[in-house]
Parts: sequence; C-alpha cells; structure tokens
Amino acid sequence: MSVPAVHEFGYWWHRYRRTWRGTAVISIANPLLFVTALGFGLGRLVDERNSAYLHGGSYLAFIGPGLLAASAMQMGFIHGSGPVFQSARVGGNYRAAVTTPMEPSDIFTGHLLFTAFRATLDSAAILLVLLVFGAASPAALPGAVLTALAFATPISAYAVSTDRPAKLSALFRFVIMPLYMFSGTFFPAEQLPGPLRALVWLSPLWHGTELCRGSGPIVIHVLVLLALIVAGYLAGRRSYTRRLTA
Amino acid sequence: MNHTGALVSARGLTKIYEGPPEHVAVGGIDFDVRRGEAFGFLGPNGAGKSTTMRMIGCVSPRSGGELTILGHDAARDRRTIKARLGSVPQDDTLDTELTVEENILIYGRYFGLRRDVIRERTDRLLEFARLTDKRASRVQDLSGGMRRRLTIARSLVNEPDLLLLDEPTTGLDPQARHLLWERLFRLKQDGVTLILTTHYMDEAEQLCDRLAVMDGGRIVAHGSPRELIERYVTREVLELRFPLDRHEQAAEKARGIGERIEVLPDRLLCYTSDGEAALEEAGRRGLDPLTALVRRSGLEDVFLTLTGRTLIE
Ligand SMILES: Nc1ncnc2c1ncn2[C@@H]1O[C@H](COP(=O)(O)OP(=O)(O)OP(=O)(O)O)[C@@H](O)[C@H]1O
Ligand SMILES: [Mg+2]
Repeated sequence: MSVPAVHEFGYWWHRYRRTWRGTAVISIANPLLFVTALGFGLGRLVDERNSAYLHGGSYLAFIGPGLLAASAMQMGFIHGSGPVFQSARVGGNYRAAVTTPMEPSDIFTGHLLFTAFRATLDSAAILLVLLVFGAASPAALPGAVLTALAFATPISAYAVSTDRPAKLSALFRFVIMPLYMFSGTFFPAEQLPGPLRALVWLSPLWHGTELCRGSGPIVIHVLVLLALIVAGYLAGRRSYTRRLTA
Repeated sequence: MNHTGALVSARGLTKIYEGPPEHVAVGGIDFDVRRGEAFGFLGPNGAGKSTTMRMIGCVSPRSGGELTILGHDAARDRRTIKARLGSVPQDDTLDTELTVEENILIYGRYFGLRRDVIRERTDRLLEFARLTDKRASRVQDLSGGMRRRLTIARSLVNEPDLLLLDEPTTGLDPQARHLLWERLFRLKQDGVTLILTTHYMDEAEQLCDRLAVMDGGRIVAHGSPRELIERYVTREVLELRFPLDRHEQAAEKARGIGERIEVLPDRLLCYTSDGEAALEEAGRRGLDPLTALVRRSGLEDVFLTLTGRTLIE
C-alpha cells in the first residue's frame, strides 16, 4: 500500500472529526431500533413457537448477528456510493487531490481505508450494545468489517464512474434491499423454498451473516467476501483512473 | 528528449477524447516554455487550452506526441512532476464545507508537507490572497472571486517551480484582477515559471512574455505579444460604426481603404499604417459613420486576422 493513501484517509478523518456525533447516531440508532423491536417484540412471539429452524436458540440471539451484518452492508453502501460519487464530480475532493502527487489509486485506497475504519468503529458500537443484551459474540466484529468492505469496494468502483445519482438509488432498491430481505437476516435461509435456498449462496450478505453467527463453512464465507473485495479493488483502480484522469 | 533548457517541452502533443464521437481536442502541437517566463495560451472557447493545461498538469494522459515537464516524461514520472507543480484548474476544486484554512491544510497534506510547515505558510498565502480575515470562514460563504483567490493561494502551498493557471482571473472584478496580476508578476520575479490561459487580451499583453494562439486544437501562431502584433497586423486600426441598415452598403464602399478591411457584425475595421489618413479617405468616399475611432492594433486584431473571428463574443 502506498503512503500517499494515508493523506486521503486524513481528509475523511478531518471531516469526520467535526461530524462524528451526528453520523454515529444515524449509523447505530437504526440497528438498535430493529434489535429492540424484532428481538424483544417479535422475538417473544417466535420463541413461543419454539421453531426448529433456530436450533434451540432465542430469536434475539439469531437476529443480533443478522442485524450486525446487515448494518455492515448498509455502511458499505452508504460510504461507497454518495461520498464517492460527490467527490468525483467537478468541485469534489478527488478533483483537488489528483492535481497533487496523489494518484487515483492512492485516492481510492485511502478512501477505502477510511471506510474500513468507520465500519470497524460503528460495528463495534453496535456489537457493544448487542453484547449487553447477550445478542451476539465479540468474534462477530471481523465478519462485520469484511461484509462492509465486500460491499463498499465494488460499489465505490461503480459509483466513481457513474454520472447520475439515480443509478445509485436504483442499486439500493434493486440489489441492497432484496439482499437485506433474503439473506438470512430476519429468518433462517433454510426456510426459503428449495430453488431460492441455493441462490442464497450468491448473496454476499448471507456469507457475512453466517460469518457473524459463526456458523457454516467459515473459510468459504471469508473467501467469498475477500474475492469481492479483491475484484472490487482491481476494478476500482481502473475506474478511478479512468474517471479522474480523462 | 530534453529540449535545450525548456521547463516544458511538447512535440506533436495530441489529445483525442474517445467518443462516440471521437474528438480531437488537441491536434499535434509544439511548444517550449523556458525557465522563469510567463507563457500564455490564448484562444476562444473549445480551442483546447484547458486540455493542454491538464496534460501539462499530469491529470490527463496524452494520446500522442511527446511531453516533457521539468525534465521528466509526463506519462511516466507523474508524482515527481506533480510535487513541483502548482495547479489552478478552470473549475474551482475547493471543498466548500471546509474553512479557508482547512482547505489549505488538506491540500498541503496531499503533498506530504508537515502540519506546522503548512500552518506557517498559510499565514503568508492568506495575506498574498488578501483573505486573512476569512481564515475561519467556510468556503461556501465566500464570493466567487474570493474562491478564485483561495484556489490560487492554495496552489502555492508546495512552493512550486511551475504554476499552471487556467483562466485565473475569470470572474474577478477589475480591482482583484489587477491585484492578481501584480501578485503573479511578483511570483515570476521570485523565479516561478507561469503558464496561463486567458480570453483577455489585456491580460495576455500584461502578463505573458510569450504567447501561443490556439484555435481548433492547433497553435496558429506564437511569439511575444509585440512580435505577434508586428508580424500579423498593421500599426493602426480605424474602427467605423454605421447604423445596422447601412452596414453592408458601407462595407462595400469602404473596400480598398487601408491594407485590409475586416467586416464584423457591428463595425468595420480598416487595418492601416496611418489611421488618420484612412479616416480622411473614408470621408472622401462619402462614408458617414456614427462613430469613428483610430487606435493602435492589439492582440485582438492578431487573433481576428489569424482566425477570422473575434475572441470575445
Ligand atoms: N472530458 C472531455 N470529454 C470529451 N470532450 C472533451 C472533454 N473535455 C473537453 N472536451 C472537448 O475538447 C475541446 C477542447 O476543450 P477545452 O476545454 O480544452 O477548451 P478550452 O480552450 O479550454 O475552452 P474554454 O475557453 O471554453 O475553457 C472541446 O471541443 C471540448 O468539447
Ligand atoms: Mg478551458
């Protein structure tokens, strides 16, 4: 990793220092609302039925890691789309950075590093609350960070080259939202009808969720997420260069 | 490949924007910028000035030809070159959410400068740009002219050897423009080489030691402002204005006065070595202009002669 990337990290850090209170509330409060409503509200209903799909655990213990992974995906989307798109436009930060010794790949790497940092911080905060409720294990943190990056990296690679924000909202509506619903966050993927159950393997969020729950073939989950990060990184180096040095 | 003593040297420099449709923005230009001079690109909208500047600034890869900057190949040693450049792009690239001071800090950090070094330079730069009292203001609260001045101040944070200014004074009021000219002149005296683009003839005449006149992606002439005027136009110009309905008829009648007549939509220009004599001749031919003006030729006339168009529409 090249050293100049640190300066791009520094830029985002500088901005974050002034606004972190507001952003922390948004990125943490939301999952907590879910955990309260679903874990305690819906959870009571579910647990009474004693579903075999939960393998004897409580619904709260099930939904905790699921929400952690889903929030990580959402962080990946939030940090990889809007800020990248804005920064690449005329007047955006990238346009200034590229006139200095920074190269597009430094800018990309530095921004990603910051996203990883934010994802770690915010996931840790969510996890802390889940721990208090006994709804997750500390070992879930790396899985959450990997999940965030597995989304942020390819999404950044795409967002830098797109010319309309509408495409990013479409990405949210047609990719992120369905993944959120059908990746084993709210209910175990085994409950899905046959053909859909196989499709779940294609969902990066499902691998992230399983990783956060510590269930299934962990090595495969990690490899899938890493593959997305590597592919996104290679694509991003190219798309950043193409966009910022036309 | 190092052309003698040139800080920037281009041979057959070409930029093609891949389409569709494919577009040749710069069609093979040659120029040398010498150490310590102020070199200007003059030309109308779309001439390829900014494209050329971005290639020199190493933010746009060339499609063909050679480009050597500060002794390095622009395609290979971008980091090394950019570390010694100052860059003022045509569109402001300030961060509007950060303050004036923070913009300089962040930018300086990109050059790997230490915070205390940047802070120390910031004082001088803000004074240079007359923005000292705006130090803590957010950029979004600054006027357009103040932003321009800040962009220029920021571009000096790394104490560059070569400063690239793409339309530095567009959007500035006359007072701010003259102030900036004076500041740029001072930089030049300190040994900084300047490359700038402009639409303004007075700016080109005031600031530039040498000029390249661009049109349609090519350099159609170059030389010092004085050389260009001597080479391409007569010493004086007689400008005649007529009521619009008599304009064409008058153009017909005026044919042959002076060495050359240029018919513009709103006036006639007679190029001549003796403007007063031309005016008398016009009177003898029964021309009765609304206004008549004899003046010395300038770069505007050079441009008109070379391209058949006025620069400022
Ligand atoms: N990124 C781009 N993609 C495609 N074409 C471009 C791009 N940038 C510029 N052009 C085209 O290249 C030509 C030269 O543009 P350039 O910006 O270099 O002109 P200019 O001389 O700076 O004009 P102006 O005085 O308006 O700033 C124009 O025809 C323009 O449309
Ligand atoms: Mg331009």
